[in-house]
Order: sequence, then C-alpha cells, then structure tokens
Amino acid sequence: MLDQTEGYTTADGRKIGGVVMEMKNITLRFGGVVAIKDISFDIREGEIRAIIGPNGAGKSSMLNVISGFYNPQEGEVWYRGSKRPPMKPYQVAQQGIARTFQNIALFEGMTVLDNVMTGRLTKMDANVFRQAIWKGRAEKEEVENREKAERVIDFLEIQHIRKTPVSRLPYGLKKRVELARALVSEPSLLLLDEPMAGMNVEEKEDMSRFILDVNDEFGTTIALIEHDMGVVMDLSDRVVVMDYGKKIGDGTPDEVRNNQDVIDAYLGVAHD
Amino acid sequence: MFYREAGDFSTTYRQDNQTFPIKFDRYRYYAVLAVAFLVVPFIVNDYWVNAILVPFLIYSIAAIGLNILTGYCGQVSLGTGGFMAVGAYACYKLMTGFPDVNIIIHIILAGGITAAVGTLFGLPSLRIKGFYLAVATLAAQFFLVWMFNKVSWFYNYSASGQINAPERTVFGVPVTGAQVEPWAMYMICLVFTFACAVIARNLTRGTLGRSWMAIRDMDIAAEIIGVNPLKAKLTAFAISSFFVGISGALFFAVYLGAVEVGEVYGIQKSFIVLFMIIIGGLGSIFGSFAGAALLVVLPVFLKLLGVDLLGWPTDIVAHINLVVVGLLIILFLVLEPHGLAQLWRVAKEKLRLWPFPH
Repeated sequence: MLDQTEGYTTADGRKIGGVVMEMKNITLRFGGVVAIKDISFDIREGEIRAIIGPNGAGKSSMLNVISGFYNPQEGEVWYRGSKRPPMKPYQVAQQGIARTFQNIALFEGMTVLDNVMTGRLTKMDANVFRQAIWKGRAEKEEVENREKAERVIDFLEIQHIRKTPVSRLPYGLKKRVELARALVSEPSLLLLDEPMAGMNVEEKEDMSRFILDVNDEFGTTIALIEHDMGVVMDLSDRVVVMDYGKKIGDGTPDEVRNNQDVIDAYLGVAHD
Repeated sequence: MFYREAGDFSTTYRQDNQTFPIKFDRYRYYAVLAVAFLVVPFIVNDYWVNAILVPFLIYSIAAIGLNILTGYCGQVSLGTGGFMAVGAYACYKLMTGFPDVNIIIHIILAGGITAAVGTLFGLPSLRIKGFYLAVATLAAQFFLVWMFNKVSWFYNYSASGQINAPERTVFGVPVTGAQVEPWAMYMICLVFTFACAVIARNLTRGTLGRSWMAIRDMDIAAEIIGVNPLKAKLTAFAISSFFVGISGALFFAVYLGAVEVGEVYGIQKSFIVLFMIIIGGLGSIFGSFAGAALLVVLPVFLKLLGVDLLGWPTDIVAHINLVVVGLLIILFLVLEPHGLAQLWRVAKEKLRLWPFPH
C-alpha cells in the first residue's frame, strides 16, 4: 500500500501525487443483489486510473458511488483527506467531481455552447435580480465563464459547432461535447464512463488523444471505465479489475495483464 | 436578401451575448419598440385596444410566465388560471387596503404574492413529473377558484361575490376604473409587457435559464453536473407565477374592471394560455408573443369574416373558432412541435440566402 502523501513516478516519467480519493471497503446492495462487495482502492493526483471488468461486474455502480448517485450501505468514501458524508449528486459536483455518461446525457434542446456553459453553473453565483436586469455581476460572470468555456471548446476542437443544437450532432461529436461539459468545470477528479463505447478506430484514437492531452495540459486526475483492453492498457497508469462485484486485481497494466485471476475472469477457467 | 449576417462580426463575448447579435434583427426590434411606444398610442381607438391590443399584451405576459415553467423548465402546469386569479385578488386586496399606494406597486406586489403561492404549489414537482404534475397543478386551479368563491374576505364581503377595480391613476392619468382612456390602458399594459419580456429574456439566457433547460432536457444529468433540482424547479415556479400573477392583476384591474372568479379565471384560462405556448413555441419568448397574438386575433378575425362578411350566426362562428384552435394544436403538435417560433427561425434561415438556393 502506498502512503497518503508520497506519490510515484510512471513509466513515461510523469509524477503522480498523493491520494485524491480513497474508497474504503465499499459494499453496495440493491435489495438482495450485491453489486459491489467490500472494495477498496485509491485514486491519486494526476493519474489516469482505469476500472475494468466483464459485463455486470459493478464498474458503473462504482462510478455512481463516486459521483454520489448511489450511497453505499457499508464503507467509507474519503475525498481530499476527509471522510465524505452521504450527499446529493449536485453537492458532489460542487466539490469538484465531474463525469460523463455511458449513454450520452447531453441536454439535447440546447446548443453546444449552452451545454458547455452548464458545466460552469457551479462557478456562477449572481443573484436572480442581477440576472433579471443583466447588469453588474451577472453580465461580468457570463463573459468570464464564456472565456473559460471557449478555452475548452478550442481545446477539444469543437469551435465550428458551438452554436449548433446538440440534437443535430453525430455520435462521436456528442461524446466530445460531453467531455467538454465535464472538463469545463475544472474538476479535481474527472470520471469517464466508457468514453469510447460505440466508436470506430479513428474516433477512439481521437478520444484517447484528448484524454491524454487533458491529463497532460490540465493535470486532471481521471478515472475511467472502458471495455477496449488495448485502449485501457495504453492509457492508464493503474488499473482496478472487478468481477462479480469483487476486486480481483489492482496494479499497473503489466501487473494486471499477468494476474492469473484476471486472465481467468476474462478468458474463463477450465472446469475439470 | 432580406436578412444578412455577412460582415456582422462579434469581437467580444459581450457583443455575442446580446439578445439580438445580428444588426438587422436589432434594428427591427428597435423599430417595433418605437412603433409600439411612440406611434400606436396616438392612433388607437377603443375597439382596437379592447378587442386586440390589451388582451394580446396581457396574454403575452401570461404566456411568457407559463413558457418559463413549461417551455424552459419542462414542468407542465394547468394551474395558470388559478394563479392569474391569485394575482387579481391580491391586486384587489392591495388596492382596497392601501388606496394611497401607486397601482404599479400593487401590480408588482400581486406578482410577488402569486410567486409565493406558485412556489407552494410547485412543491409536488420535486417528487412527481409529467402527467402527474399536470394533475397536481389542476388541483391548484380548482382549489384556488373555489377558495376565492368561498372565502368572502377575498372579495371584501360584497353581495355579488364580484371584485370591482376602483379608480387609480398613474401620473394623474386614470388607468383603472370607468374613466380609462384607451391609450392609457394600452400604455400601462405595454410597459408591463415590455419589462416582463426583457426580464424573462435575461433570465432565460443566463445561469438560471440554463439550469432550467438542463432540468427539462435531462434531470439526472443536470443534477450530476451540479444543478440543484429543488432550487431550479422552485425558482421556475416562482418566476413563472410572478409573471402569471402580473397578467392576472392587469386582466382584472386594467382590462375587465370587474371579475367573477369562476367565469374569468376558470380552467379555460389555463388551457388557452397552454395552447398559446404550444402553438407559439415552447421555450421561446418570441413564441409566447406569437401564440398570444394568434389566439387573440383568431376569434376577432373569424367574427369579421363569418358574422360581418358572410352573415353567419354568432354562435356558429364561436364554435368554428374552437374547431380551428383544436385543429391548429393537432397540426402543430404533429408537424411542428416547436411552434410558430420554429417556423420563424426556419423562415429566417431561408431568407438569409433567398433568392439563391445555396
């Protein structure tokens, strides 16, 4: 077990810092079904952490626990050095945890720009009366946050569609807009739920590049769920492997790849 | 040809954030305002004001209010009539209780009281959605009308059960009561409509509007990116009811002068305002105006055509009106769910290039 303050250095020479988020013995049940069983792992500052596992392993449930959508029956969530009490998802968002969804969850009736600007709602606090007359703080804040939004739009190369309603966009671009919306809140932890699901090879390469760039440019800590093993092994610094709600492996991609339990879970075991 | 944006560049975000970023649009807007404020008051007569202009302006405010709740925040409400009644009765109680205070302040306060009542009836929206919420607001509609009939304190124990607006003046000009000049009636409604539309536009293009639309489009995702659903829904109910209350107060004090609650603020009122925003366009301020204009002008137009020109009986024409409105709603829901506002947007896209195909 690595200690709280000291980090490590990755194979490509990036410095990974202290623990941002730590899950301690999380158990999540839905009635009689145990979705997550006694899982512990940590996410460190600046790293790309992957959660993998076969279908139904509990990966998405884990992400939902982190983003406050589910409250686990047992176990503790530690965030930035303190234990997190059960909270509502919007309070978790205000603490600086942003996420994307497996099935795109954009606001279809709004333009790309408005979608990205909603990602900054947690940073805007002009009162109703200021907003009603569009003067002072409301106007200033709108312009300041627009600048931040435009920087992310620029970074993810979606400038040309910023005034287009999201419902008119193709799938790959929607995924990118969703990443923009999560990224614009300057999260200290970014959760990506299958960022490459349903993409072709080129789109996957684009998305991988964006994820690496985000991590590199902004130093964002990223936790992601992904099915494409090649992508996971290339992108991530450390991997948690889940199967039937249990953790069966945790370590660098190489360690995980050679872990017998992981191989069994993915390839199946011969029953004599 | 008619509509150009070429050469019209925004160099700052402030410019791009304007309501009308395109110069042509902006000048047209100023022109409409100039005509409405500087020309119309001098040429209107009693018929135009009472049959078309004032109902149009007042219904526009109600439609803007309901559009904020239903069009922007996605919470269906059938309680508009009841909330208009709250505005009217609040205004009446204030007018009779504090005769020395200016009527404009009374109308704004009536809006505030309606906002409080609307927030109260918005509480179920935190738990229920869609049809079930619509039914809950329907309960508000019937309860409010019943209450204003039943509790005689609201109509100052008058024998008829009606409320009558006493005469009040603004800058020495009477705007309520029997002595109102048509232009004064028009002006006070115009000022309120203009202010409400500007406020609604500012709210819907900013932070609050985005959190409403986020709740409308996908409430779970909205909550996960940091929208407090309780706050977003209740502010939508409050601000929507504020506008609806103002329209109810104007409808009673300025337009009708005397009101019997079941007749004026019944369920038909809720429906007609809902039809206005469906036909005009959900989630559009312009659509609220367009829908209100259509539904106010349509019966007048049909009366001119049917009764005055073709000599049909009045009741037949009144029924034809209902048929046409019903047909319009079906057609819009099937063919253009975003209403007149979307047709206008499409027309602008076309006009941008006309007469060339590309």
